[in-house]
Amino acid sequence: MPDTRSADSATLERGRPVTDTELRRRADWIRLQAVDLIAQAGLGHYSSTFSCAEIVATLYYHTLRLRPGEPRWPDRDRFLLGKGHVATGLWPVLADLGFYDTGLLTQFGKVGSPLNDHPNMKLAPGIDFSSGSLGHNLSVGTGMALAGRLSHRDYRTFVLTGDGELQEGQVWEAVMAASHYKLGNLVAIVDANGFSGSGPTSQAMNIEPLATRFAAFGWLVREIDGHDVPTLKQTFDTLPDTGSKQPVCVVARTRKGYGVDMFEKQPQAWHLGLLTPEQRADVVAEITARMELADAGAEGSAS
Amino acid sequence: MTTPTRKMVDVFSDIDRDTALKANPSGYAITEVAAGDDRILTLTADLSNVLAEFRAAFPDRYIELGIAETNSVSLAAGLASCGYVPYIFSMSPFGVLKCAEQWRTDVDYNHLPVRLVGRLSGLAMGYFGTSHYAVEDIGIARTFANTTVLAPADQNAVLSLMRATAEHDGPVYMRIAEAADPVYDTVPDIPRGTWPRLRQGDDLTLAGHGMGVGLAVRAADVLKAEHGLSADVYDAGYLKPYDEAAIADTAGRTGKVLTIEDHTVNGGLGAIVAETVARQRIVANLAQAALPDVDLEVGVPAELYEYYGLTVAGVVARALELAKS
Repeated sequence: MPDTRSADSATLERGRPVTDTELRRRADWIRLQAVDLIAQAGLGHYSSTFSCAEIVATLYYHTLRLRPGEPRWPDRDRFLLGKGHVATGLWPVLADLGFYDTGLLTQFGKVGSPLNDHPNMKLAPGIDFSSGSLGHNLSVGTGMALAGRLSHRDYRTFVLTGDGELQEGQVWEAVMAASHYKLGNLVAIVDANGFSGSGPTSQAMNIEPLATRFAAFGWLVREIDGHDVPTLKQTFDTLPDTGSKQPVCVVARTRKGYGVDMFEKQPQAWHLGLLTPEQRADVVAEITARMELADAGAEGSAS
Repeated sequence: MTTPTRKMVDVFSDIDRDTALKANPSGYAITEVAAGDDRILTLTADLSNVLAEFRAAFPDRYIELGIAETNSVSLAAGLASCGYVPYIFSMSPFGVLKCAEQWRTDVDYNHLPVRLVGRLSGLAMGYFGTSHYAVEDIGIARTFANTTVLAPADQNAVLSLMRATAEHDGPVYMRIAEAADPVYDTVPDIPRGTWPRLRQGDDLTLAGHGMGVGLAVRAADVLKAEHGLSADVYDAGYLKPYDEAAIADTAGRTGKVLTIEDHTVNGGLGAIVAETVARQRIVANLAQAALPDVDLEVGVPAELYEYYGLTVAGVVARALELAKS
């Protein structure tokens, strides 16, 4: 069957119906896809991708207003991957939604590919802004949210940051500016998985209490379990109107490497690495078994 | 209370509109250009005084970001990605040097139409100490692949080049020279990447940017009147892209090129000429009237220019040395 998705300029509206089971399954699918892409390229960020899989799944399959056939549509909701090192979790999603052909995934990691380890807005359709240098994207998102206000458009701008990223001073310049300009159309989501590249985040430099800090800067804060799909849906469904006066911070408490036992036990070891073929088989089996179990449960409840 | 007899800093602020272009060329120029383009916004990190005219004319198109230069650059990139054309007015030492990585990663790599207008470049803040110098900025800015680098010679050149930025679909750094003497009687038409030839001569070449252009022109007149030397003189305000053909032509003819700039001897106009001459395999003697690659002294600008030979007399002396070589 010919792939016609890239020609489809239909709008994916906010709050698209999707079951919790489907979103959980989608998050695990993201994990499997990331494992494949990393195997293909030879190196990648496993545990950071896994900690935000439910967040990415919920945003892209439920929350964001998008037009995959028209990636630069001015009224689309923006999504910035501040923690750009987890792009392996985003490339399969954008392909699946029709931003580009899924065949492009085979080019990941190769010279000349539009899909790189960190996203590049000039190369990949669906990337609203490039990232890779931690600490920049909340500033960029603040600019996008300001642009929304100036142009009287009602899009939202979501920025997904890591918790270690919050150690960058520029983040707090942006936090100040967003609050100063009362940007209720801006949502920062902190993937608070507790670990940075070299160890526990707050052991390197304490960033807590996160919720109190954002609140003290004038943000509206929601602190949630970042793996709990119903809570994620509900949190994004009940965001204040885009015309509201307070930027929103969702502190998503997550586990680095979530969903795979060996990653959760050693999240730091699997921040950046490459599974051996045997390890990869074990990881895939663990995730696949969970997905099959969820399918069986869903069928059982539907019958 | 005594009135200072020395000009303590080369900056203008709080001026009346009648003298706006003369006193605050870049602030006047952006106001004029913005009148014809609704996409244009201005941003500053606590430098609102240089945008008095703009703020009066377009209060809703001015965004103050406080003393947070890095945020201002990345935020401007976000605005640009949504169709706006932001002009950040910043002090060169902070706007360029502090934000080099934000500029490269968020603006230059993404080919976004953000403009950084650098006030107080070179030694304009000499009295305040070396933290306030921007003498490495051109060397840094011109290594960014997609950034246009401009250093207008005087107020009319500021207006000309500011107009040119309006339609350019890419990043621009414009370095404003606060101590520039008038060079152009009217607003010059300067095609992109070209260097206007301001004097024609055969004995040697003088090329400058910013305040260096006025020095070159006046030095050339002295060289002719008092020493019988005729100089080819160029306004090298386009530092990227630059006029490779003009450099090759003049270096080939005169065989002697003196560059004049309030910038370190590394990476600026002197380097541009040296790279071009080497690439074109032209045999020429090169000299620089520029700032040495050592710790710089601190003082009021005019005295520093005197100290480092960035005066008409200083340029004439360097030119005479070169002419004898």
